[in-house]
Amino acid sequence: MAVGGLGGKTSRRIGSILIRAVMTLLMVATLNFILFRVIPGDPATLLLGGARVSVNAEQIEAQRQNWGLDRPLFPDQMVDYLSATLRGDLGYSFKFRGRHVADLILERLPATIALVGLAQLAAILCGVMLGLYAGWRRGGAFDRVATGASLALYSTPSFWLAMILVVIFSTTLGWLPGYGIYSPGASIGAADRFLDYLRHLALPVSAVALGLIGQYVVVARAAMSDVVTEDYMVTARAKGLTGGQMLMRHAFRNAMLPIVTLISLNLGYVVAGAITVEAVFAWPGIGGLTVEALNARDYPVLQGIFLLLGASIVGANLLADVAYGILDPRVRQ
Amino acid sequence: MTNSSQDKAPLLEIDRLSVDYGLKGVSLRAIDDVSFALRPGEAVGLVGESGSGKTTTAMAIAGLLSPNARVSSGVVRYRGNRLPIDDDAAMRPHRWSETSVVFQGAMNALNPVHRVMKQIAEPCVLKLGMSRSEATARARELLELVGIPADRGVAYPHELSGGMRQRVMIAMALACRPSIIIGDEPTTALDVITQAQILKLLGELRSQLNLALILITHDLSVVAESCDRVMIMYAGRIVEDGTVAEIFANPKHPYTRLLIDTIPNPANGKKIIRPIPGDPPNLISRPPGCAFHPRCPSAMGVCATEVPGLDKFGRARVACHLHRSSQEDKVAIHA
Repeated sequence: MAVGGLGGKTSRRIGSILIRAVMTLLMVATLNFILFRVIPGDPATLLLGGARVSVNAEQIEAQRQNWGLDRPLFPDQMVDYLSATLRGDLGYSFKFRGRHVADLILERLPATIALVGLAQLAAILCGVMLGLYAGWRRGGAFDRVATGASLALYSTPSFWLAMILVVIFSTTLGWLPGYGIYSPGASIGAADRFLDYLRHLALPVSAVALGLIGQYVVVARAAMSDVVTEDYMVTARAKGLTGGQMLMRHAFRNAMLPIVTLISLNLGYVVAGAITVEAVFAWPGIGGLTVEALNARDYPVLQGIFLLLGASIVGANLLADVAYGILDPRVRQ
Repeated sequence: MTNSSQDKAPLLEIDRLSVDYGLKGVSLRAIDDVSFALRPGEAVGLVGESGSGKTTTAMAIAGLLSPNARVSSGVVRYRGNRLPIDDDAAMRPHRWSETSVVFQGAMNALNPVHRVMKQIAEPCVLKLGMSRSEATARARELLELVGIPADRGVAYPHELSGGMRQRVMIAMALACRPSIIIGDEPTTALDVITQAQILKLLGELRSQLNLALILITHDLSVVAESCDRVMIMYAGRIVEDGTVAEIFANPKHPYTRLLIDTIPNPANGKKIIRPIPGDPPNLISRPPGCAFHPRCPSAMGVCATEVPGLDKFGRARVACHLHRSSQEDKVAIHA
């Protein structure tokens, strides 16, 4: 069936969603600017090596002038920040001297997207299916086992799961590597290298995915058990539909509505990485970068990561709004 | 109308049907020893308070009992053949093809994410094996039949008014040319004017398509407008059954009389509604004897001990000790 006629109404709706997204992004950038100006610590002092290094007032003043920190925060510094951000210039890292923040982030992004993206994909596929089925057969044996296991997984901290996985599959059984992204040393062919990468991915992806599966099962089950008690499901049964037809034609799409919200919110966090799991596996992703930047008070890097996270959450919400319009005709108006 | 339909063989026979619900180990009798027959083209109203068993009766006939319901005795026959009403899968071919249900379409009975055209056409594809285009043509035809321009079929339920949605629900119910339509409070959520239009539409379609109608309602005035016969239910049993004319002119059961008194009739100067005193019966601890006796203004000693049978009075039936036909009961009344 066509998607509500992609005519004026739909394009106008998508247009207003886009405008809202741009406004939100501007606000995120502004807040980001303010946040890093109000936290304690003088950037000039930090640039000169922190409070432990003795510097005189002239040196600090020179730094301030050099970096434009002597100019008013508003409008000068803020306009500078916003326009530089728009050009993709996120400034320089304190810790990694002379390196662009954008480069640092881009370097770490693929590892994080591979880890969290794969984990999300696996969790969505398994969790949503299992949850929908548990909700469809609610009260049954499958439902009880699935719901119990999901609640347990959902409430388990993922770094703990990660450590348990390492203990079992890496330390004890020795099946899979317990840290890093590639085996060190060995110079091997591209195919073997990829295989090695996948083997390193297995445990961290499982640790992140297991926690997420629990969350998806709980939400999908709740969504489906709401749907099966709806009047239109009685209508579908009265029309002589089989259980499978009722599930696929009438229940599935309605149950997906709250799940789409959860998926898009979670997808926004894909770029943020999984801080604790990355720490356990020494995974060189954004989560690891965040921890390093925090320890080094590397404000430009943190600022860049926050901006990226904000932008990706706004983007994910935008996707959710569009998907909602496709799934639920009531939203299209 | 009634006389001619009385002569035909019954379309549907309900014979001493009892249905229990299992609730946390407690078994609750929703309908108790219900018997009646429905003839082709006949319109019967099932009237009672909430919990009187009218909906359970209808759902049993449609084979739509919930999983915790159990048919503890009795049979339902359709054109002389026993219906497997407690077997979900075996009932599937019967549903919608022979018996369809008009739910409260104004509420949530239509799926919010599908166009109404698709929902009307769905059973034509799935049950009658029509192609998609044939089914769409049939759906357009049905929409016109219930007074909706066929082009409105592209609308989603939320884009239609309550009355329109109810018309869609009726069009959907007619899709597979059933011979029985069950109206489950089809006009309850509608305003009075729309209510009258929907009842008129149902009446017209009924005579046009020779449909039998079972109308479930708690509103006697709805029955008066649209049915040939009315059955009053109380605590899971039929307490009175007769033609609409008989029941309104000469109600025999005290409960029926009180129900009629609850209809306001400003034309008669009867502006004050007299509510029925007391509460609906508790089905878990049902009163002994006649379930209505605690609320009955004419209750006698025997009412508290003996369940009155549903006795025949010509073509009408009444279950009340005031009207027992046998001699000894009459003696008991005067004693």
